[in-house]
Amino acid sequence: MSAILEVKGLTKRFGGLAAVNQVSFRVAEGSISGLIGPNGAGKTTIFNLVTGVYKVTEGTIEFRGESIQDLEPYKVADKGITRTFQNIRLFKSLSARDNVLIACHMSAKYGLFESIFRLPRYWKEEKVLRDKAESLLEIMGLQDRMDVTANNLPYGLQRRLEITRALALDPKLLLLDEPAAGMNPDETVQLMRLIGEVRDQFKLSVLVIEHHMDLIMGVCEHIHVLNFGCTLADGSPEDIANDPKVVEAYLGAENDR
Amino acid sequence: MLSQVSDFLGQTVFTVYIQQIIVMTGINLIAVLGLSILTGFTGLFSFGHGGFMAIGAYVAAIFVARLRLPFALAILAGALGAALVSLLIGRLTLKLKGDYFCIATMGFGEAVRIILNNVNYVGGARGWESLPLLTNIWLVLGLDVVFVVLTWNLINSRHGRNLVAVREEELASQMAGIDVFRYKMIALVASAALAGVAGALLANYLQFLRPTMFNMGKSTDLTIMVIFGGLGSISGTIAGTILLTGLPEFFRNFAQWRLVVYGLAVIVIMVGRPQGVMGGFELTPSGVRKSLASRKARLALEAEVRAAEREGKA
Repeated sequence: MSAILEVKGLTKRFGGLAAVNQVSFRVAEGSISGLIGPNGAGKTTIFNLVTGVYKVTEGTIEFRGESIQDLEPYKVADKGITRTFQNIRLFKSLSARDNVLIACHMSAKYGLFESIFRLPRYWKEEKVLRDKAESLLEIMGLQDRMDVTANNLPYGLQRRLEITRALALDPKLLLLDEPAAGMNPDETVQLMRLIGEVRDQFKLSVLVIEHHMDLIMGVCEHIHVLNFGCTLADGSPEDIANDPKVVEAYLGAENDR
Repeated sequence: MLSQVSDFLGQTVFTVYIQQIIVMTGINLIAVLGLSILTGFTGLFSFGHGGFMAIGAYVAAIFVARLRLPFALAILAGALGAALVSLLIGRLTLKLKGDYFCIATMGFGEAVRIILNNVNYVGGARGWESLPLLTNIWLVLGLDVVFVVLTWNLINSRHGRNLVAVREEELASQMAGIDVFRYKMIALVASAALAGVAGALLANYLQFLRPTMFNMGKSTDLTIMVIFGGLGSISGTIAGTILLTGLPEFFRNFAQWRLVVYGLAVIVIMVGRPQGVMGGFELTPSGVRKSLASRKARLALEAEVRAAEREGKA
């Protein structure tokens, strides 16, 4: 399968510290891939590099065969990559509906002038946006929660809303940063199912950072393991589970004890 | 007929004194509406909008008193002048984070005042007197209605929602494909243009201009009206402007205490109710419907969570 995202020799240095060092991996089109590693391994840094929050020190990032490094974050989103955050970042004081409605904005093209004078195109496209937001919320099972202020939603639903908001941009690649953080086993199982459904229904590729091994092993088709900013292993879940280096990084080597 | 009615109203219902208060409130409202877009909806605090008002006032005064051009053109020029300067200021300062932007606007406001102090063409520090009286109550109230409607339309569009998104969570806005810098610029330019219109009306109402009229006190007054009324609410902005422009007039004898009350109000609101008196609530049919729906949905959710907990225990 062709790669939707291809990262080669990616390096990010903060002063003397290489947070990410010569990392190369690819995300196959339509796949669910995992990015794992102990705390501080550089996983979130990679997300920040891919989405343009940080500037790349060395290396290349290609999305659908096109170089995207050093693009402004909003332009990366425009290209079709969007993400969720480790510590949820919703528009807290707005309703669930408005959270999704805002993210739908790229589906409308009416300009400033057309909005302040309420020209016909405003009415037409505004209706399209509202319908889109509502149908997305329905697909994601949030139809009864549309009017709840994001801040008042329970934790699991906040995560779900953040994913819904990301989907409103019609992304080709969805980056999930620890989506199961703080969830109980029940919610984690639900989330696993949700990630699979989203991939199938919206025809996108997913790259997920996670610490819950059962989630990673259950849902990912391919896994990339990082340790101290460097690649430790790369392969299918079975390969990774049986890789002595990975076991060592997570549990410590025998002679440590 | 219409002029007779307006004369009648002018002489009986509104005494000259009341008319003055209404006109000043109406002029302030235009500037505060602009600032509401910038501060209330986009989350950028400015303590320099007196500077934009000054630019609008002096440009308009030059147009009518020196160049003898029509007043409508002068208002437009005042708005454009302030907007153009804000474009430049925005380029330089909008990348600054939070408080630093605030300090930069403060510096800008003071710079405008000090430059005006030294330009003799417009009267310098002594001021500029005997400007024509061209602003009247009907013009001000008419423009108030127009700008309230236009601001409302802006806020309730995808562009307005993007402004709110920038206020709520900058990084998430970027990830939602919103060009944060561009939307901050839109808010700044819109607010400067409205401050320019207000300045133009003020110059041709008071019939004199002096740079100290646009000192930092003026800038803070405007910002405080936005905060007091409620960040992110147009009806709050209107309420805040009416209360804070009108009230000091009714407490004329205590005018020197006004700033103390202002300071206290800001501290109390920032600490106790950071979202302002009205909060994000709009006092309109759609606003009421929205907050009722939000309350209902929240209560339904809470009830379900409680029911689930009870089930879990049983």
